[in-house]
Amino acid sequence: MRKGKIWITAALFGMCLFVWTPLLVMAAGVFMPEDELYWRYLSPLGLGRDRVRAALLPSYPSLEALGELLIRSPGFFVMFWNSCIQVLPMLLGQLLVGAPAAWAFARFRFPGRRVLFGVYVVLMVLPFQVTQVSDYLVLDRLGLLDTHLAMIVPGIWATLPVFIMTRSFETVPHALVEAARLDGAGEWYVFAHIGLPLGYPGIVTALMLSFVDGWNGLEQPITFLKDKTLWPVALYLPEIAGDKAPVAFAAALIVCLLPALIYLNCQEELEMGVAASGVKQ
Amino acid sequence: MAGKERRAGGRGRPGRVKRRLAPWLFLAPSLGGVTVFTAIPFLDVVRRSFQDAMGRRFVGLENYRAVAGNPAFRLAAGNTARFLLVCIPLLMVLSFGAALLLAGGEDASGESGDLEDGIGGGRDGRNRRQRGNRYGIFRTTLALPMTIPAAGMVLVWKILLCPDGVLNQFLAEATGQVWEVDWAFSRWAFPVLIATYLWKNIGYDMILWLAGLGGISGELYEAAKMDGAGFWARLRYVTIPCLRGTCGLVGILSVVNSFRVYREAYLLAGSYPDSCIYLIPHLFAHWFLNLDVQKMTAAAVMLTAAAVIPAAGVWIGRRGGKE
Repeated sequence: MRKGKIWITAALFGMCLFVWTPLLVMAAGVFMPEDELYWRYLSPLGLGRDRVRAALLPSYPSLEALGELLIRSPGFFVMFWNSCIQVLPMLLGQLLVGAPAAWAFARFRFPGRRVLFGVYVVLMVLPFQVTQVSDYLVLDRLGLLDTHLAMIVPGIWATLPVFIMTRSFETVPHALVEAARLDGAGEWYVFAHIGLPLGYPGIVTALMLSFVDGWNGLEQPITFLKDKTLWPVALYLPEIAGDKAPVAFAAALIVCLLPALIYLNCQEELEMGVAASGVKQ
Repeated sequence: MAGKERRAGGRGRPGRVKRRLAPWLFLAPSLGGVTVFTAIPFLDVVRRSFQDAMGRRFVGLENYRAVAGNPAFRLAAGNTARFLLVCIPLLMVLSFGAALLLAGGEDASGESGDLEDGIGGGRDGRNRRQRGNRYGIFRTTLALPMTIPAAGMVLVWKILLCPDGVLNQFLAEATGQVWEVDWAFSRWAFPVLIATYLWKNIGYDMILWLAGLGGISGELYEAAKMDGAGFWARLRYVTIPCLRGTCGLVGILSVVNSFRVYREAYLLAGSYPDSCIYLIPHLFAHWFLNLDVQKMTAAAVMLTAAAVIPAAGVWIGRRGGKE
């Protein structure tokens, strides 16, 4: 047993190195001064050709790049807020629209439930490219192209969150719901006071996955936003070039940090929520 | 379950009507939006796929024939199919291995030595953490990449893959020859793309597998152990059969996520990558730029069929297993 455990730990450690090393390389780049960046990463930054001298720690740590980005790069902030403006209302919408729908799928038996849920699953499976044309036509008709709403509105009715929340609501003990009903609680009361608190891992999971997807999204903004001032921060990163190149690492770190922090905070809920979607009821 | 609900709702007439109506009230906002933003537009796409460019004349399967005969479509569809065929099994096996390692490690480090404690970890995150499990760090680490934006990692991938990059230097050291491969822009772009996809997605699938493993009753393992089953026998006759449902879900979600690999492809190699990683999303992006609506609609319908038919199969299979 003991020996087996050592092997398991070693194997896991090896796998984790693949995650830690790239992240460390990025983090090191954040704290390098400009000339060290040029010396090490001229080629990857697209500034010329030179041998890459990768490092896990900066030789001359400095906050130069971070300061440059935070103080003298207004474009970064505009795009950062664009991302927030586009993603957060979408999440709120998904919560308001998706959670009740998921409750209905999980807690009621009504004619057409299976078929409807099947339709939702199919829509969940469809890649963005399939709905690209139809979304474009709808947004065009509603006059929403080239506005923040073009990112927000179709996202609200994504069906993956409904699927995940449904699975989570299904784990709420049936007896509890019945007891509340017998005590005369209305359906809305049962949903708000039993469903939401007990199903919150699923809700957190759904919203977190949506957040990550929205924050990282490239396809939608490329398709629906021609106006570059509306672009989210994920599209800003590849645009950093030329004399702005030294801040590229700092920008990447800040963009990565937010979803990573949210994940670290919600890890337990995420695992419970995903567990609910994976385990057969 | 259905019987119980009906009894509870059948106490009085008004109650019954309310009970009938309630689910639809809960569903209405979602259903309305899905209809307006997805269902109707999709039906519109299906309609357009059978019509000419102006949307006036019915042209039968002409658009489909045009798409099927289009060399770019054949290239993209072939590449995408190849990508899925290589990636999904690889991803599922690797993430399953990681989940088994984690479950095994957590099992071995559990104080009671009770299988339920260890393998049931996914279900009982809070308790596990309170026990101060040393494998929590591995769990967290392996799941972390799924949150990292593709755009954020591109620089690191370039450090590794560019002609002057780390990988070439490493190979030069190892072989004593000069390596100047531009990994992202050559024939090698395909394995590179697969590697970035695996890097990003193993964690998510691993969590799903862990959840599935947590759902298997410890008694089954105990019984198997009593019968003298070793590790491999337990894996073969207990774990894998119990995970059939999870397997379907992991497969579906992996396919859903697979189209997002376009982000990595686009960021690493741009809109016009090496032909070996020219995928369906690249093709759609180009058709979209050219406003080639008919080809897009016909291809969208074909893609939907390609996605729905296997999914429906899995769905029906799961329903069959449940009832």
